[in-house]
Amino acid sequence: MHTLPTSETQIADTVLAARAERTPLEISGGGTKRRLGRRVQAAATLSTDALRGITLYRPTELVISANSGTPLSEITQTLGEQGQELAFEPIDHRTVYGGEGAEPTIGGVIACNLSGPRRVNAGAARDHLLGVRAVNGRGEVIKNGGRVVKNVTGYDLCKLFAGSFGTLGILTEVTLKVRPKAERAATLVLFGLDEVAGQAAMAEALGSPFDVTGAAYLPATQASTLGVSALADAGTSATVIRLEGFADSVAYRTDALRGSYGPRAATTVLDDADGAAVWAGIRDVRPLAASSGSLWRVSTTPSEGPAVLARLRERSPVDAVLDWGGGLVWLAVEAGDDDGAAAVRDAVRPSGGHATLVRPAGGGPGEGEVFDPPPPVLAMLGDRIKRSFDPDRILNPGRMYAGV
Amino acid sequence: MIELPPPREDVLARRAQIAADLRGLIDKPEAVIDAADEMRAYETDGLTAYRQMPMLVVLPGSTEEVSRVMAYCHDNGIRVVARGAGTSLAGGALPLADSVVIGVSRLSRVLDIDFANRTATVQAGVTNMGITRAVEHEQYFYAPDPSSQIVCTIAGNIAMNSGGAHCLKYGVTTNNLMGVTLVLPDGQVVELGGKHLDAAGYDLLGLITGSEGGLGIVTEATVRILRSAEGARPALISFDSNEAAGACVDAIIGSGIIPVALEFMDKPAIHATEAFAKAGYPLDAEAMLIVEVEGSEAEIAALLDRIVAIAQAHDPRTIRVSQSDAESALIWKGRKAAFGAVGQIMPDYYCMDGTIPTGTLPEVLGRIGALSAAYGFQVANIFHAGDGNLHPLILYDANKPGELARAEEMGAEILKLCVDVGGCLTGEHGVGVEKRDLMPVQFNPTDLDQQRRLKSAFDPQWLLNPAKVFPLTDTPPAWDDPAPLNLPTHGGVDAHASH
Ligand SMILES: Cc1cc2nc3c(=O)[nH]c(=O)nc-3n(C[C@H](O)[C@H](O)[C@H](O)COP(=O)(O)OP(=O)(O)OC[C@H]3O[C@@H](n4cnc5c(N)ncnc54)[C@H](O)[C@@H]3O)c2cc1C
Ligand SMILES: Cc1cc2nc3c(=O)[nH]c(=O)nc-3n(C[C@H](O)[C@H](O)[C@H](O)COP(=O)(O)OP(=O)(O)OC[C@H]3O[C@@H](n4cnc5c(N)ncnc54)[C@H](O)[C@@H]3O)c2cc1C
Repeated sequence: MHTLPTSETQIADTVLAARAERTPLEISGGGTKRRLGRRVQAAATLSTDALRGITLYRPTELVISANSGTPLSEITQTLGEQGQELAFEPIDHRTVYGGEGAEPTIGGVIACNLSGPRRVNAGAARDHLLGVRAVNGRGEVIKNGGRVVKNVTGYDLCKLFAGSFGTLGILTEVTLKVRPKAERAATLVLFGLDEVAGQAAMAEALGSPFDVTGAAYLPATQASTLGVSALADAGTSATVIRLEGFADSVAYRTDALRGSYGPRAATTVLDDADGAAVWAGIRDVRPLAASSGSLWRVSTTPSEGPAVLARLRERSPVDAVLDWGGGLVWLAVEAGDDDGAAAVRDAVRPSGGHATLVRPAGGGPGEGEVFDPPPPVLAMLGDRIKRSFDPDRILNPGRMYAGV
Repeated sequence: MIELPPPREDVLARRAQIAADLRGLIDKPEAVIDAADEMRAYETDGLTAYRQMPMLVVLPGSTEEVSRVMAYCHDNGIRVVARGAGTSLAGGALPLADSVVIGVSRLSRVLDIDFANRTATVQAGVTNMGITRAVEHEQYFYAPDPSSQIVCTIAGNIAMNSGGAHCLKYGVTTNNLMGVTLVLPDGQVVELGGKHLDAAGYDLLGLITGSEGGLGIVTEATVRILRSAEGARPALISFDSNEAAGACVDAIIGSGIIPVALEFMDKPAIHATEAFAKAGYPLDAEAMLIVEVEGSEAEIAALLDRIVAIAQAHDPRTIRVSQSDAESALIWKGRKAAFGAVGQIMPDYYCMDGTIPTGTLPEVLGRIGALSAAYGFQVANIFHAGDGNLHPLILYDANKPGELARAEEMGAEILKLCVDVGGCLTGEHGVGVEKRDLMPVQFNPTDLDQQRRLKSAFDPQWLLNPAKVFPLTDTPPAWDDPAPLNLPTHGGVDAHASH
């Protein structure tokens, strides 16, 4: 069964009915990321596809509200007309999932809390979520936050909803902070560094006073996949660093940062168009999209990115891209039955952080654990939180963990 | 006096035994305080109108000791109120008569500075400024900068999700916090987050931040530290009307510039701060902006040129661009000392903390002016103009009978006005006891019950800071709160009793 409610009230009615009949619901936006997360154990689907439309946009207040089924493209376009954008650079997962599903929705973006390269500077999706309206698993409409940036009134449920994968409530409307688009974006490239030296160079950039908004490392084989000849022709690794802002300021900071590296690597500066292709490619994991292996996303201590890779290579062949100054490691692992879960999690553990199976080798979604199984106390808290919103487990059962 | 839950007589009756038991749980017996004169320092916080002596005060020296004290209180049904430096302006740290206050003043060590990963890990009693002090030799700083930063603790900042004048660019506490060690009400210890970004599973770190000491006790924190910009410089722009100043703010933001700080003061605030700081503020202006930008000398000059050009189109009265570090410090001195300065011209003031959509500023100031006339209290307005956080300071004299109550009544009217125009009750000071009973203005019973169920999930017995944030109820909902079966299948949301 597939329901397509057109209003918040209809969503609440659908949940109430599902709860009365004890029939779990799978929650879907554009359905572009159905393969992210575990398989949902539900017979019926509720789609927000018909709940569309921007409900408030105040460019001078840097705020936009939209119904959750609004296509991301509509939001991006509306903001673009005013020279603004969502600063957290939401990922385009159609690259890794092969174009499955329709348009991604703003509700799906928030439910997954996925952020692109600017995460290191501007924060994650969760940091830009100012307010929500949602229907919980009891069929109640709840609101939290609002349309203003400074708000500490009551508990911050926005943070909980961001990254809850539709297991706590069905978002019906979200309000987001927006930012002016930079006038210019320069991308400084350092060629030929190995992983450890590349990570160190990224750390220097992020620790500089120059307001760096992206720092990623592409090994030679990945650097050539982005359709940018300056990278492909070099035939070596590329450490890429982004600086954004007003043109004169970007020129100054790029020169100053470039100079600070001295002669340790050959460098170049990409223009805005090439830079945009590089950062969109990194955001969408384009270099690893065609890999036949299992695709993992590891969030770890930035300086430990290379160490995680070194540990993993002792057990299996791996292709990788480092983003967030080394703190976000995308991995394509050629692995056995468990999609490399044991090897990846063992490699991450000593460095801190966690690993998510984004695309199983077989295509998924699977029955195996996609997210790191939480320690017992956190599992207990997670279970209680889930039940405080959705006592009968009507919403997306099994999506994040078995039983949640 | 605000209503607090009735003390548990059985707990109070065991006070001597409880003190003895707690002394057995920590290494320094003298860190359990039971003498009235020593406990006096804990009876109030920054909201000094409210006072309540606790039953006992404990100052643990480690996470393990906090854990043991919490487990003991949990097992014995004893209420606990956590305390940092006691600067809360919302009565967040106000004790209950039958409570044990757990203070973090002995948890004052900096544990780890990691410049390569841009993090600092500190014990919860380290002050906000203490973090910056520990990293500034490498030109790093901790960004959120509450005006109380010299004394307030990171524990209090996390509990209140505190902000400051420079949060427009760098965000508030929640945007700069990466991990905590948290002791749950039953004494279990959990680690949330760390040096990596983004949570595995539900974002409990985000939920803890701003939870006002109601979900657990923070004993350690890992925060993001940032490299300082090469330099920073403010400009001071004054106007003949609030409307012109408001339009200038809109135009600056609309031009794509996000200054590091964008502060607004109205005429009474200008006069109060000028009398105190002698910063050369324009006394004949109706409104004044302090706009600060960062970068190299050339970048600063270019940005200030743009801002001055925008200001010139909004009929400014004066424009003064700081020419030196000394002048910058002077311009900020007045703003940073604003609360103290207002205290100099009137014996008492009541500091409000609502947020409004920035575009509604002229309307809101007009309506506050009308309230000011109706109640007969002068109001000075200080406004974080970039993010809409409004601090009206209501000037009154507590020695005059009834003035405090009327000032509070007027304050409540102002906060209702903030909600009415699309804002909220509190932007950075928190709900505490002060705004507890106004929560239904912003949230309906369903919204509040969802939040209360979350508290129950962490603290099923409601032992931790129970009289704060939510209006008092006899029986708060349980976290799994099973709803009756045979739910209606139509007719929208089932209205359920919350009290
Ligand atoms: C310019 C630009 C283009 C982009 N293009 C794409 C793109 O083409 N493809 C793409 O995948 N991403 C794209 N993104 C990235 C985007 O961040 C997400 O991938 C996408 O929006 C997912 O949304 P969905 O509606 O397809 O989610 P779904 O795949 O439907 O759902 C994902 C998860 O979220 C939950 N969920 C969905 N809606 C709700 C809701 N209303 N309430 C609660 N839970 C909900 C689901 O249950 C599921 O667990 C783009 C970003 C930008 C900036
Ligand atoms: C002059 C002045 C200026 C101020 N300026 C600002 C400002 O610019 N911006 C701003 O945001 N605030 C400001 N404040 C308010 C106040 O300083 C902040 O709320 C601050 O974060 C409180 O920190 P504290 O250490 O004093 O905490 P306390 O006042 O002791 O406690 C505050 C809350 O934190 C809880 N708590 C304390 N320790 C813990 C712990 N270990 N674990 C869990 N919960 C705990 C308490 O129970 C209480 O609810 C100002 C206050 C004053 C007096």
